[in-house]
Amino acid sequence: MDFQLNEDQEALRAGVRVWCEDRFRFEKLAEVVQQPLAREWWRELAELGVFALRAPESAGGVGLGMAEAAVAFVELGRRLVPGPLLWNLLAAELIPGAASGEVIVGGLDQPQPADRRRPSATPAQPTDAGAALIEYGDAIDVLLVLRDDGVQRIEAAGQLPGTLVAEPLDPLTPMLRVSELPEGTIIGDAALAARLRLEGTALTSALLLGIAESTLEYAVAYAKQREQFGRAIASFQAIKHFAADMYVRQELARAATLAAAVTIDDPAVGDVSRAVASARVVAGAAARENARKCIQIYGGMGFTWEMPPHYYLKRCMVLENTLGQSPSHCTTVAAHLAAPAS
Amino acid sequence: MDLRYSDADEQFRSEFRRWLEAAVPAHGAPPARDDWDGRRAWDTGWQRKLFDAGYAGVNWPREYGGRGATLTEELVYYEEYARAKAPYVGMNFVGIRHGGPTLIAEGSEAQKQTHLPRILRGEEVWCQGFSEPVAGSDLAALSTRAVRDGDHYRVSGHKIWTSFAQQADFCELLVRTDPDAPKHRGISWLIMPMNLPGISVRPIDTLRGESDFAEMFCEDVRVPCENLVGPENDGWRITNVTLRFERGSAWAQDIFELQEYLVDLSALVAQRAPQDASLQSVLGQLAAEADALWALVKWQLGETAKTGVPGLGGSALKLAFTELTQRVYEFGARLLGRAALSRDATDDPSGWRSSDTFLNTLSFTIAAGSSQVQRNLIAERILGMPREPR
Ligand SMILES: Cc1cc2nc3c(=O)[nH]c(=O)nc-3n(C[C@H](O)[C@H](O)[C@H](O)COP(=O)(O)OP(=O)(O)OC[C@H]3O[C@@H](n4cnc5c(N)ncnc54)[C@H](O)[C@@H]3O)c2cc1C
Repeated sequence: MDFQLNEDQEALRAGVRVWCEDRFRFEKLAEVVQQPLAREWWRELAELGVFALRAPESAGGVGLGMAEAAVAFVELGRRLVPGPLLWNLLAAELIPGAASGEVIVGGLDQPQPADRRRPSATPAQPTDAGAALIEYGDAIDVLLVLRDDGVQRIEAAGQLPGTLVAEPLDPLTPMLRVSELPEGTIIGDAALAARLRLEGTALTSALLLGIAESTLEYAVAYAKQREQFGRAIASFQAIKHFAADMYVRQELARAATLAAAVTIDDPAVGDVSRAVASARVVAGAAARENARKCIQIYGGMGFTWEMPPHYYLKRCMVLENTLGQSPSHCTTVAAHLAAPAS
Repeated sequence: MDLRYSDADEQFRSEFRRWLEAAVPAHGAPPARDDWDGRRAWDTGWQRKLFDAGYAGVNWPREYGGRGATLTEELVYYEEYARAKAPYVGMNFVGIRHGGPTLIAEGSEAQKQTHLPRILRGEEVWCQGFSEPVAGSDLAALSTRAVRDGDHYRVSGHKIWTSFAQQADFCELLVRTDPDAPKHRGISWLIMPMNLPGISVRPIDTLRGESDFAEMFCEDVRVPCENLVGPENDGWRITNVTLRFERGSAWAQDIFELQEYLVDLSALVAQRAPQDASLQSVLGQLAAEADALWALVKWQLGETAKTGVPGLGGSALKLAFTELTQRVYEFGARLLGRAALSRDATDDPSGWRSSDTFLNTLSFTIAAGSSQVQRNLIAERILGMPREPR
């Protein structure tokens, strides 16, 4: 057992971090908001190997594991890198061009409502109670739809029928409102859908962890330089204790997220679905709470558009609505308690 | 980055598990809580059995009777120990978890030879004489005086919250040896035999109605100078060594135990309220946090292995573990409904006496550095925020 980043993983992290700092320094975010998803940076991400990390070398991939993918995604989360990041990675071996970044893949999770799984329950509800909001729906080439019974591929070619949301919650995540999806083709079975959900959830946790880390850094840096009552607000214990709790949440989220990734790579060390669900619960809480405390610590500045904290909270809300909300992951963990793996 | 135990670890696991499977039931049920002689015999008797089987002092050096286990073997040990619901360290707490380890790190050869094997065999019970009425969180404000008189120190002062003072044979005692130095500089760490004349102990009832801790008065107690651990007036540094052990890796066992409790609670939920989705959700939330704590133990262990010293992360672990434990037992007590209004074992089918244990967990966030003190430490030492007055 050696549960720490190895040298190669450190190097990968450093490489992705340098690219993120260069491309997505906070000062540049304002420009990004104005732009549609740029194929150029998508290809740069692919060149860094981010999407091909897990594809085997024989298929032109990097041949690494979920652990490395998680390490890279934490960095992307820290810098709010936009785009339907996790879908290109998940699709690396399913959709030609995904690993190289030539094809932009989006995704939609459409689990069947619980009452439709049990035929005898209440009368069936319409599957689409409302329109779906699809991230980057206007920019993606291919849409993957995860259903309980399989994986569907829909050709989008940047022209999914729908209307662009005028005010997306996260200004860095444009949304397309789609009420009816075009026909697609089935490219995988229920088992594949379940696997992609699991892996996507692990990557989501990594992005959330990045938010938890970044918001702690911003909050502490701000608190050290902002003065009130003749001293830095970082000297007030209420602020220090917020920060300490943020640190604890970050540490728990990191340990759980990396443990889940390692467990996906090496299922002998634990129960994959429990590890992934636990990590997602803890990482979600860390990102959410840290982003909120960051806003509080910034005071009035925290309520401005100009300052970083709100972007993190909004991105966190996007991620916490990706592949299931926290309570559903809590239920998964509880189910494992009831039937522990031997 | 990997989480695999080695074959040797797994070998050790199956040996230890097999031993526990026989030894734990054979040790029988714990004595009544006010049967102090019985409790001492039970706690130290179990320690002796661990020693005889080669399982005492899992991370202590072999030369002093320990097992000298690797870091991962130590984890396996805690996992199996908790899984087998083996007896709590109890009265051996101070000796095993921080007194002994402090001697290993800072004691003289003679002190190690004298005490370590006896602690491991359950022949010496230790207590901790740190806190005083005016020196709690601000421990360095302590005023118990020790004045050199030939080859002895004459010790006078008033300690409080000394757990198991009545049963202990030795005390790790903090005294002020230089009253003129700044408060962190004039402290020394002494081994005080509890049978010396001039020591009197007055039990204090805890909120559970048991006299687990006590006040201790020292009036001109003559402690031999050879019982000084480390240099005179260097006691604050050594105190921090002791506290690091107290907040250290042994939490791992308690975290694993908490996970076992959660499994039993889930059976209770399934039995009492199988359809209640909100209970499932709370249970899952608590279990996810416990899983994360366990992962953090492994992460910090990796850090220790990489750098050679335990990092400052112990404070984060202590803070998160103690706060979570309170929430988990509170949830357990709530599940019991009105049965929680009884502290008797028979009224909790989970076997964990949830409401009584909940009361006990209230001390976790106070003792060994309160949650607030841990937050100060994290903010200051890890995040570099300005220091509190000290
Ligand atoms: C069950 C139990 C067993 C114990 N066993 C032992 C033992 O064997 N030996 C021993 O020496 N001691 C023992 N203690 C004592 C323990 O170490 C002290 O209780 C602890 O250090 C807190 O000190 P205090 O009780 O004086 O509280 P105080 O220091 O008076 O604290 C009171 C409150 O003020 C807060 N506070 C204090 N300082 C700060 C600060 N700087 N910033 C923010 N908040 C602050 C605390 O968090 C707490 O909430 C035991 C305590 C308990 C509960």
